[in-house]
This record gives sequence, structure tokens and C-alpha cells, in this order.
Amino acid sequence: MTALLLVVWLATGFGTVFFARELSRFTLFDWPLSFYMAAQGASLVSLALIGFYAWRMRTLDRAAQAAAQQEPSS
Amino acid sequence: MSGKPSYFGKLSRYYLWYTGSFALFLVAVALLEQEGMPRLWIGHLFMFATIALYATIGVICRTANVTEYYVAGRRVPAMFNGMATAADWISAASFISLAGGLYLQGFDGLAFIMGWTGGFVLVALLIAPYLRKFAQYTIPDFLAARYGGGAGGRGAPVRAMAVGATIIVSFTYVVAQIYAVGLIASRFTGVDFSVGIFLGLASILVCSFLGGMRAITWTQVAQYIILLVAFLIPTMWLSAKHADNPLPAVAYGSLLPKLAEREAQLARDPREEEVRAEFRRRAADDAARVAGLPASWEAGKLEAQRQLAAARARNASLTEVRQAERALATYPNSVPDARALWLERRDANLARARPPEPHATPFPGATKEESDARRNNFLAVVFCLMFGTAALPHILMRAYTTPSVHETRVSVFWALFFILLVYLTIPALAVLAKYDIYTSLVGSDFSALPTWISYWANVDKANPLVSVADINGDGIVQLAEFAIDADVLVLATPEIGGLPYVIAGLVAAGGLAAALSTADGLLLAISNALSHDVYYKMVNPGASTQKRVTISKLLLLGVAFIAAYVASQKPADILSLVAAAFSLAGSTLFPVLVLGVFWKRANHHGAIAGMVAGFAVCLYYMLRASPMLGGSSVDAWFGILPMAAGVFGVPAGLATIVVVSLLTPAPGRNSNGMVDYIRAPE
Repeated sequence: MTALLLVVWLATGFGTVFFARELSRFTLFDWPLSFYMAAQGASLVSLALIGFYAWRMRTLDRAAQAAAQQEPSS
Repeated sequence: MSGKPSYFGKLSRYYLWYTGSFALFLVAVALLEQEGMPRLWIGHLFMFATIALYATIGVICRTANVTEYYVAGRRVPAMFNGMATAADWISAASFISLAGGLYLQGFDGLAFIMGWTGGFVLVALLIAPYLRKFAQYTIPDFLAARYGGGAGGRGAPVRAMAVGATIIVSFTYVVAQIYAVGLIASRFTGVDFSVGIFLGLASILVCSFLGGMRAITWTQVAQYIILLVAFLIPTMWLSAKHADNPLPAVAYGSLLPKLAEREAQLARDPREEEVRAEFRRRAADDAARVAGLPASWEAGKLEAQRQLAAARARNASLTEVRQAERALATYPNSVPDARALWLERRDANLARARPPEPHATPFPGATKEESDARRNNFLAVVFCLMFGTAALPHILMRAYTTPSVHETRVSVFWALFFILLVYLTIPALAVLAKYDIYTSLVGSDFSALPTWISYWANVDKANPLVSVADINGDGIVQLAEFAIDADVLVLATPEIGGLPYVIAGLVAAGGLAAALSTADGLLLAISNALSHDVYYKMVNPGASTQKRVTISKLLLLGVAFIAAYVASQKPADILSLVAAAFSLAGSTLFPVLVLGVFWKRANHHGAIAGMVAGFAVCLYYMLRASPMLGGSSVDAWFGILPMAAGVFGVPAGLATIVVVSLLTPAPGRNSNGMVDYIRAPE
């Protein structure tokens, strides 16, 4: 999962910059898309990624705990 | 678990009270200003009130307990840890220089925003939770335990190198912070620059000296609140003024098309063209002089001497004689000096001769190659800042202070959240300030210049921070006649927007808070590395806890004074110093940290070689490609800026670790077990 999130992160971080010139033709409410991505979008995506990761890891941790309690031998 | 909510509630209550009192304080000062309190006093009041506040928190939180001193007792709730990390993170460079950088560079400047925020993904996913699970005190601790090696397998060589890297990186960074403290203090209290440095230093020391990590954490939370308020108020004001919407991050979208229109208009304006032609002419003059070296140097020197003699002979006024004397005194001493100076001046003139670049367009360039080069540099800078972020010791140290691994992950989330509150506003501020200057300053009359211009122009006479000169003599300000330094924009924003002076004081206090909080964290990182890793783990493992904390405090004092001394020598500008620290951190520490967690085969030979290789490549590239350090930009690889040296350093470090680890024996069972442990769920 870490790898998957990193791919999303790479795509937003570097992908949008690499194709910034092509993307700037589109606009998102008044904003040129590439400018918006660089100024706010990429950072907000990062925040979402971290939040999702923290939540997901907690559920995984809890599941692992529950499993460990059911089988104390492992 | 049961005691935590009340602890959290108590803290929240304290900080609500604190925010309320701070608001009252602001209102009180605003009223005093209405009553005619002089500006200098307001500056003094803000400086001393905030510094006294930090010192008080430091005194209240004083401690001599090891866990409290190094990691704040490991019981900082995630949200507050996030806030403290944000304050740790938002340095003088972000607060003071970044908006100005965006103002000057347009789209290119956004690389800093992306890099500095994107890096937290790496921290959260790859490093911080694992460090917390390991639960020791410092970064070298982790590396030494993971890689082992050296005498008795205690990892002394790895530890020593990690300590070295920590110190070099943090020291470069802390110098930049202290420099900023001096700049702000001298500007707002009128004291000398070096006195300002030592004033700021005193307040840093009171806090970290007495209470270590614990005091710093709570001070940083307080500082974060101040810097957030200080940044948002003037920006919201400008935003409400120009976009009728007090939420700058949302509002400035509507200004972008207007700004683009104005830029296009200014680019075509014939009067602007007149001024630009004048700059081109000056640049050509300088180029001709450089071409005529060494004869032109001698001619110039004779001319300056002749002017002075003539002024004296005709009994000219004292100012004229002084002026002639100064011209002679500042004349370059030798032919190489003259070449460097004139080339620099030619480039500066050429830069001012260019029409304004559209703010929101990515990578404008005359040709496809030029535009590509800018894109590659943008990517390289983003890369360095991200990997640097993920390897900065003072940020990673914060991963140790939370109560659990889960709290660490959540705290990275909060940290980025609090950072974004400021960072989403920075590009907005740049656009708003640009719009304000382009529409109200440009085109106004020279006789009616706003007062902030003369004020800032006089702060540093040798290198004016703001300069306006009527170059084509038409009595109207053209954009090309106006130059502003990146470091001034945020500090001058309240005055540009026409806000009362109390807001200017508030912004200065915010900048001070940003610089002090980062400096605190960095100094602690350095002194912990020295006292914990070098003294306790390597020199004297039998030292008592009391002695360790005392040693740490003494070292802190020593490091702080050395840093202040270096800062008082006024090294290169803030942003480039900081960027250098990032590249070094990324190339040296990031590869060993990540491979240490995720690749069991990595061994201590690989770790040592990797750190050396990353550091060496990075440093070599900086020396080679930076004109400031004696290299030349012709030698740059793929046209990448020396600032982004980490783009070569990080892969070099990673590759070296992999190759050397595979060539040498696999690590022992201990480190395998440790990797399994830190990666196991709680």
C-alpha cells in the first residue's frame, strides 16, 4: 500500500509539473490548472495521502492486535 | 489511556486562553497607536513582549529529566506535536523570503511550496512511524542500532558519521535562522545588526537551555499561533481589498486573469520599453568595460582619482567630496575584482531590462530548450526539497515525542495541515502584493511615493532592499524602475496594503517566532547529537543522567554562540543557505534511513559508503557549479542549478549503499530482528 500511495504522490508531484505547459490550457474556476496544482493541489493531495495512510495503518494495526489476541501463541 | 483526554483538554484550554490574551494584546497596542504611540515603541513592545513570553514558557517548563529533556517525556498529543512540528518547520525562509521569492519568480517559485509540503509524504510513509517504534532519542541512535559494526558492534562509525551529517546540516540551517533574527530585530528596534543577533540568541537560549525538548515543544506551539495570526491578518486584508473575499487562498483565483492582463499591458507599454532600453544600454556599457580590461580598469581608476582631485580643487561641498571619496574607495582593487563586479552589474542590468514574466504561466522561455531547462530545474528543486525534508534531523526528532506510533502518523498529518494553513496563503500573498504594486504603485507620480518605499530603501544603504529611481525622467513610476528584494515583501506587506503600523509589528513578531522556533529545534538537534551520541554513547557511557543533561546544556550554549558569530559575518542570502542544507540532508541521511527500514540486506559498510558518497557528490556539485563558491555554471550537469545538488546526491547515496552492501557480508541477526520489530504492527 505504501508503494501505491507513493505512486499517487509521484504522479501529483512530478507528473503535473512535467506536463505543466500542456495542462495550463485547462482552467479550474479561473485558475490555470497547472498553477493551481503547483500552488495548492499537490499539497492538498499530500495531506489526503498522509491522512489516509494514518487511518488505514490504524485499522491494520487493530486487526493485527485482534488476531494476536485470538491466537496468543503467535 | 484514560488520563490522556484530560491532559489534551487542559492543554487546549491553556492555548485558547493564550490566543485570547494575544488578541487582547493586539487590540491594546492598536488603541495605543491611535493615541499616538511612536512607531519605534510599538516595535520594541512587540519584540520584548514576545521574547519575554517565550522565556516564561521556557522557565515554567524547565527540566533536568533525561526523557523530558530529549523527547518531552514522549507524551505530546498528536495535534500539538503537529503544531510544534509546523513551527519547527516554518523557518525564517518560509515566513520572510518565500512570498517574496514567489513574487519575483512567479511559477518557478512554486517549486518551494511543492517540495516543502510533498516531502511530508515521505516522512509519514517511510520514516517517522518506524523511528517512533524504535523509541530512542536521536537519529544517529537509530542508524547505529540498525547498522551496527565498529568496535563491539555498537555502530560507532555509523553513529559518528550520522552525527557529523546532523551537525553540518543543522548548523547551516541555524545560521540562516539567526541571521533572520538579527535582520528583524535590527529593523524593528533600531539596534545594530549584531546586537539584534545576540538579543534573539538570548531568548532562544533561555528556552532550550532550561527545558530542552519539553520547553521547546510548548514554546513552539505558542510561536506557531503567533506566526499564523501574523501571516493571515495582512493577507486577508489585502485579499478583502482586491478580491472582496477575506479568504486569500480561495480569492486570488479571480485576480489571476486580471494580473495577467495587467502584465501583458505593462510588457507592451512604450514607457516601460524606454526604461528597459536604458538598462540594456547600461548593460552594454558594462560589457564593453569588461571587454576592455585591463585598460578600462586603469582608466576608470584614474578617472575616479581625477574626480576626487577636481572636487577638492574647486572647493566643492562636503557631500560632493565625500561622494568622490567613496567612489574611489569602492572602486575594484584589481582587474579580476573589476571583472567580477562588472559582470555582476551587467547581469543585474540585463535582468532589469527584461519585460515582466507572466506570473501564472509555467516555464516561460524564448525557445523550447530554454523552457525545458527551467522545467528540469523546477523538478530538481522539488526533488531536493522533498528528500531533504524527509531527512532533516530536527523534524525527524519530533517523531520521538508522541505517545504511540499511531499518534506519530497522525501528528505528521497535523503538521502538514498546520503548515498548509500558512503555505496555501503564501502564493496568494505573492499574487495579491504583485497586483497591488502593479496597479497602484506603477503609474503613480514620483512626488507621491508611499512612505514605505523610502523607509525600506534606507534600512540597508549599501544594498538597498527596495529601490525606485526615475530612470527615463518622466516623473511617473514604471515597473522596470522599481526593484524589491525578496526578503522584504512579507515584512513590508502591511505597509504596502496601507494597514496600521501595529500589523507591521505583528508581522515582525511572526517572522521572529518563525526564526526562533526553527533555531530552537535545530540547536537542540545539534546539542543532542553531541551530548547524547558523542559524549554518552561514545566517550563516556557511564555518565550519570544528570551529567548528560548538563553537558547537553553547555554544548547548546557553545553551539549557539558559534552559530551567532557565523551569522554576524552575513553569509549568502537566506533562501540559498537553506536550500544547501536541504540538499546535503537529503543526499546524506535519506538513503541510509530508508534503506535501513526497508531493505534488510543493507549493512554497515554500505551505510558508511553511502553517506560518504551522497555527501561528497552533493558537495562536489555545489563547489563545481556554483559561481559563489568558485565553480562556474558552465560546468553544471544538464544545466541543473547548484542549489539542487541533491538530485545527484540522493541517487548516488542509494546506489552506493546497494552496491557496497551486496559486495560485503550480510548484516547479523540483530539488525534483521530490529527491522522486523520496527515494521511489525503495534
